[in-house]
Amino acid sequence: MIDFEYHAPTSLDQVFGLLDQFGDDARIMAGGTALVIQMKQRLSQPSHVIGLRRVGDLDAIESTPEGLRIGALCTQRQIEKSRLVGEELPLVADTFRKVATPRIRNMATIGGGLVNGDPNQDPPPALIALGASAVMTSKGGDRVVPLEDLFIDYYETDVQPGEILTSVLVPHAPAGSGSVYLKFLPRTADDYGTVTVAAVVSKEQDGTCKDVRIVLGSVGVTPIRAKQAEDALRGKPLTDENIRAAAALVKDAVDPLEDFRGSAEYKTDMAEVFARRAVEQAIAAIPVGS
Amino acid sequence: MNQKVRLKVNGTDHELDIPARRLLLDCIRYDIGLTGTKESCSVGVCGACAVLVDGEMYASCITLAAAVDGSEITTIEGIAENGNLHPVQQAFIDHGGFQCGICTPGQVIAAISLLEENPDPTEDEIKQYMMGNLCRCTGYYGILNSIAAAAEDMNKAAGSGE
Ligand SMILES: Cc1cc2nc3c(=O)[nH]c(=O)nc-3n(C[C@H](O)[C@H](O)[C@H](O)COP(=O)(O)OP(=O)(O)OC[C@H]3O[C@@H](n4cnc5c(N)ncnc54)[C@H](O)[C@@H]3O)c2cc1C
Ligand code: FES
Ligand code: FES
Repeated sequence: MIDFEYHAPTSLDQVFGLLDQFGDDARIMAGGTALVIQMKQRLSQPSHVIGLRRVGDLDAIESTPEGLRIGALCTQRQIEKSRLVGEELPLVADTFRKVATPRIRNMATIGGGLVNGDPNQDPPPALIALGASAVMTSKGGDRVVPLEDLFIDYYETDVQPGEILTSVLVPHAPAGSGSVYLKFLPRTADDYGTVTVAAVVSKEQDGTCKDVRIVLGSVGVTPIRAKQAEDALRGKPLTDENIRAAAALVKDAVDPLEDFRGSAEYKTDMAEVFARRAVEQAIAAIPVGS
Repeated sequence: MNQKVRLKVNGTDHELDIPARRLLLDCIRYDIGLTGTKESCSVGVCGACAVLVDGEMYASCITLAAAVDGSEITTIEGIAENGNLHPVQQAFIDHGGFQCGICTPGQVIAAISLLEENPDPTEDEIKQYMMGNLCRCTGYYGILNSIAAAAEDMNKAAGSGE
């Protein structure tokens, strides 16, 4: 790791002042689980590291009329264990529980995990499927970015100079919907997924699909929303045949990289299989009577 | 660049003048001289370097000492009380919880962290919590048995009002 100066600002104003002063030479650090490894490997070599741990008010989880507001500095473990999250957004609690190990979840934050932009991470597909947004804050005020638009490329996210992510807004799941996050782990339980899929499905009284969102991780340079598959299912009866036909379209949406978890072809095949299972399980999770 | 970092390690205050890039792991081992905390993978995966930071289990190999300035740190050297081994340590000895011992400080810290949060874990809960602590020797059953036994001992002691 190259040498740098560590700053521990205690207010957002101080953070923005430091970002102004040091520009590209500065990096924000939240839990540090990604950044410290990147600095060790010299993939990142900032001369100033701005730690957010001392900035107050960034680690609250609040209920709002629209949903939950989760502070950027909330740790993954805090979210997984939060009663509010468990009651209002069980998909979110369940997804965070599937990240890495308790030790990493004690350290890693929701904000750091999003800005990091690693397409293998678990929270982004689930949060995108729920229609969540990031609140980016700068001296000039707030900018709300739907998470669907946050991820630009491999480890590249839409964070403008002088901005930090301060909270994540997660709307309530649609009434009468079911949701699931599947993480395909053929190697070890603490691994990144070989393929991951989040699905949120709601149905009409007559059993047709009212709305559906299918978002995949680990199968491209960003999380991928399978819009064609969603369109193929929306408004249709939720039959095995229709679900299969929709899941088959997922193959065209993904573009996985070959690595030690499998070839691109294998991951593409698994993306279809897990998308189908995710939709089936999300339907099964729809509360009875809705 | 050197910076002042204050840490309370196992109850003792330390004021250090160290580079900002100093990892908590290296700070504990080399600046403070407590070598019980081990380094193995260096990237947060194996758990050998686990310590408690304000009561929460951290990977000290990917934590900057400067980032936890002002915190209380507990390492394997800080868990015995008045010369008596912690019940988790005793259980690891009694139930074959280790062989070479390199992973053991991290296993014991993780087990203490688990039992703090969940004093009566099921076997599955132990496995879930401990999955981030790798061991190349024991085949894990000795570790599982040790933790289950420690939980039983600690609950008995708590029940008898000790
Ligand atoms: C051993 C290990 C196993 C892992 N396994 C998994 C897994 O199974 N699934 C999974 O999803 N993830 C996994 N991860 C990744 C982990 O989720 C991320 O490292 C973590 O979420 C990053 O969060 P952080 O708070 O530590 O970010 P940091 O490391 O502090 O920061 C990451 C990046 O975000 C920027 N940043 C941080 N906070 C902000 C902010 N508020 N505003 C603007 N920029 C910011 C930093 O500048 C940096 O570029 C694993 C990591 C490790 C080390
Ligand atoms: S040495 Fe820190 S987790 Fe392996
Ligand atoms: S006892 Fe040797 S690695 Fe665990």
